[in-house]
Amino acid sequence: MNVKIINGGLMTTVQDMGRTGYQASGMQVSGVMDQYSAAIANALVDNDKYAAVLETTFLGPELEAESDCLVAVAGGSPDILIDGQAADCYRSLVLRKGQKLKFTGMNHGMRSYIAIAGGWEVPPVLGSRSTNLKLKIGGLDGRKLAAGDVLPVGEPSGIAREIIAGTKPARITTMTQQPGDVTDIRVVLGPQDNYFDDEIIKKVFGKSIYTIANESDRMGYRLEGEPIKRRDAKDMITDGIVFGSIQIPPNGQPIVMMADHQTTGGYPKIATVISADLPILAQCTPGMKIRFCITSVAEAQTIYIEYVKKLAARLEEIHHSAVKQSAIKNFNLKINGQLFQVSVEEI
Amino acid sequence: MNNVKILTCGDKAISVEFGQEISLDINHQVTALKMLLDKASISGIEEMVPTYCSLMIIYDPLVLNYLTLKDKLVCMLKDLNSVELPEKQVIEIPVAYGGEYGPDLAEVAAAHNMTEEEVIKIHSAPEYPIYMLGFVAGFPYLGGMDKSIATPRKQSPRLKIESGSVGIAGEQTGIYSVESPGGWQIIGRTPLRLYDADREKPVLLSAGQYIKFKPITEDEFKAMVE
Repeated sequence: MNVKIINGGLMTTVQDMGRTGYQASGMQVSGVMDQYSAAIANALVDNDKYAAVLETTFLGPELEAESDCLVAVAGGSPDILIDGQAADCYRSLVLRKGQKLKFTGMNHGMRSYIAIAGGWEVPPVLGSRSTNLKLKIGGLDGRKLAAGDVLPVGEPSGIAREIIAGTKPARITTMTQQPGDVTDIRVVLGPQDNYFDDEIIKKVFGKSIYTIANESDRMGYRLEGEPIKRRDAKDMITDGIVFGSIQIPPNGQPIVMMADHQTTGGYPKIATVISADLPILAQCTPGMKIRFCITSVAEAQTIYIEYVKKLAARLEEIHHSAVKQSAIKNFNLKINGQLFQVSVEEI
Repeated sequence: MNNVKILTCGDKAISVEFGQEISLDINHQVTALKMLLDKASISGIEEMVPTYCSLMIIYDPLVLNYLTLKDKLVCMLKDLNSVELPEKQVIEIPVAYGGEYGPDLAEVAAAHNMTEEEVIKIHSAPEYPIYMLGFVAGFPYLGGMDKSIATPRKQSPRLKIESGSVGIAGEQTGIYSVESPGGWQIIGRTPLRLYDADREKPVLLSAGQYIKFKPITEDEFKAMVE
């Protein structure tokens, strides 16, 4: 079964949990920016968390089902339509053959994830379906989606098929947390915090409010605010980078490395965003403000373990959720030779 | 191991730094620790990224916590000197120097009052150690270029440099593994594909190996591409 792309949206790519195992060769991991929301979208259509999803940026795509399928949208709060009728995110939705799912705007957040029962089955490259725009591999020919593309879909699970058939209720959950006016992002100092004076770390880095700049993308978030001065101009020798590394270039404006980050880099990294706070950071849009809160590595790992447990509990809850499928039926009525489109909803 | 630092890279990675200097001795320590860890196959370690003087270890905190890993590393560092590094492995890289493949060869030669042949001779003489891979997939960071051919980067970077291009930037030499923009002085090109996602081993080179450039003619280059 296939899904046709009518409009690619602003920047929609196929992503999964990333192309791990090749970082020693200099290959970026890529993968979804907000792993939390992607996991929720997948659970809503009874996929495991490794299934590939579509990651949208601000404005998502318009797509058309070539046969009946089960989809779900999670991450941010976009407005979506099915055949022109407003539909809900954060729940599984049956798309009938020929029906179109269209994104019309984003109210909060930056990225949504479109999961489809069976997963987006583009061919895996080096063990992953994630799109790597730089190497032009993974996803659909290593690029963002465009009008006219056709995406293959895998085999839905038995439960997903029952939801499509209407013999099992649809799944539902609540919207994920969205970034506020100023989002606190917790960090662990290091690996190169010794390139900065304690004063600067505590009073500038750990207290200032930084604005996310327009030149922010899947590779990195550029921040604007009080510059972070290095103790001296001493250069460092290139070393490894992770998702969440906070680099301080000579101008003192931090850059947070995101999912498409290079594997190595030569700017000192003052701190690293804790894993549990990466999903919310990934939903921050340019212009939003963040503040770094310093924590210890032990605390960060405790928070991470708690985060994984809570996510697992939430996925379990989704598996047991049930919502009546909206029974909207569309009819074409011809009255006195004039064609009318009528939607009838069972109440 | 007085100079060794164990650095924190968030809640999922640790970096062991052996110094802040580009030297074979330090780079060998990075390789040695990686070999020890490969052998020990500690559960929870997911990936390792060796660089000039550091080894970054990516791990799963659900399986392995920071303090446990740090303790293991401190123990392991004591055994570092007993590690026998693998035999020197030299990979021959055929390069067509000059002409359409190396548009900046003449400029590099002129900058040093040399002939193009002299530059080729100097550039293809050493066995260059691969300190690390990074920047993009398969890009080797090489050491050991003769300083007599060191040349500053181009005033304005090229928008497109073909993959396989061999260049000089300051005292560094390297090979573009992927087509990309860049400011290096391009003196030749290899028909070998350093990176190819469709190959079983997508990246040809690895850190710790050596490279020897072998000058070839344009015809030989073309024959190897076909």
